Amino acid sequence: MASPANKAFLDPLLENNPIALQVLGICSALAVTTKLETSIVMCAAVVFVLTLSNFSISLIRDQIPSSIRIIVQLTIIASLVIVADQLLKAYLFEISKQLSVFVGLIITNCIIMGRAEAFAMQNGPALSVADGLGNGFGYSLVLIVTGTIRELFGAGKLMGYSVLPLVTEGGWYNPNGIMLTSAGAFFIIGFLIWGLRTWKPNQIEEEG
Amino acid sequence: MLEHYLSLAVKAIFVENMALAFFLGMCSFLAVSKKVNTAIGLGGAVIFVLTITVPMNNLLRHYLLQDGALAWVDPRLAQYDLSFLGFLCYIGTIAAVTQIVEMGLDRYVPVLYNALGIFLPLIAVNCAILGASLFMVERDYTLAESTVFGLGSGIGWALAIVALASIRERMHYSNVPPGLRGLGMTFIVTGLMAIGFMAFAGVQL
Repeated sequence: MASPANKAFLDPLLENNPIALQVLGICSALAVTTKLETSIVMCAAVVFVLTLSNFSISLIRDQIPSSIRIIVQLTIIASLVIVADQLLKAYLFEISKQLSVFVGLIITNCIIMGRAEAFAMQNGPALSVADGLGNGFGYSLVLIVTGTIRELFGAGKLMGYSVLPLVTEGGWYNPNGIMLTSAGAFFIIGFLIWGLRTWKPNQIEEEG
Repeated sequence: MLEHYLSLAVKAIFVENMALAFFLGMCSFLAVSKKVNTAIGLGGAVIFVLTITVPMNNLLRHYLLQDGALAWVDPRLAQYDLSFLGFLCYIGTIAAVTQIVEMGLDRYVPVLYNALGIFLPLIAVNCAILGASLFMVERDYTLAESTVFGLGSGIGWALAIVALASIRERMHYSNVPPGLRGLGMTFIVTGLMAIGFMAFAGVQL
């Protein structure tokens, strides 16, 4: 944790995780994690948009009048999301179909607005890029862990390859269907937060 | 005909509940559900904004953005497909509508304005609102269908947040393990609620 750039990058990974502590960007974290593959693509899109939006908002932070800053930020973010969406449609069409509306919903993903508002509006471009990358990877960490658990135990597969052979296909593993439902996603993230807070007790909330 | 709209509304409220089945609007769902009163205020505002923005975006899509939609201006413009600009236009509409609703309420219904307080501007970045518009595009709803869908999904979201807030008020009296207090427990409660709402799957009118 020596330089401020290092701190901006490393802090959001575990100490100040966007999903587990800042309560940002939860919608997409739950919705796209039924498979590991979609989780990874979603993470890449979010890291891309978050880093570039932090960078560009930080560049013009002194020129944005504070009364219309939300609209300006939304416009920048929406343009970046359009780029990401078009790239996904061009190169990964199948996955972009599975992600359906959730690529568009990166616009209203609170991580991006939240970091623009809380960090990029006050700090220089280089630091903001570090912060964007850090938060993007912190978000990815939770998504990838959740995606792995849900696909492995819900369908016995990882990245589409069979890992635990299913009973229906002559194997021994009986898939746990609840992992693929929305309820399963809530439970997994709930327990992840429990684990993280037991490990780092300073994150425990006083009032429940 | 009426049955079709009724079944669409029931589907939007219960079976495909915005918050519990599609995880939309989760950030404010988890953050603003500590008290029942504020939850009701936010729920009302969401219903209101959804009912206006979904049909508006539907018009925007049919007369401006869809492939060949510009033909009504001039037949020569029929070749343009502006649907890639969708995200930008929808979010613009939503931000503008929230702003107008906020100013209108401030001027004409100050009581409601004060009750909703900071929740109105927050709605602009609530993913349930943009999500509903994007679902409208994906499922190709007509104008009437999208009005029903907007209203229905707003009611469903409001229902879910009020229910969660009521449960969380009761949670004050229970002994939750320290690491699970607050956010963690809320997730697990929401998970249990989602299981409850799964019982509605297959309900047909």
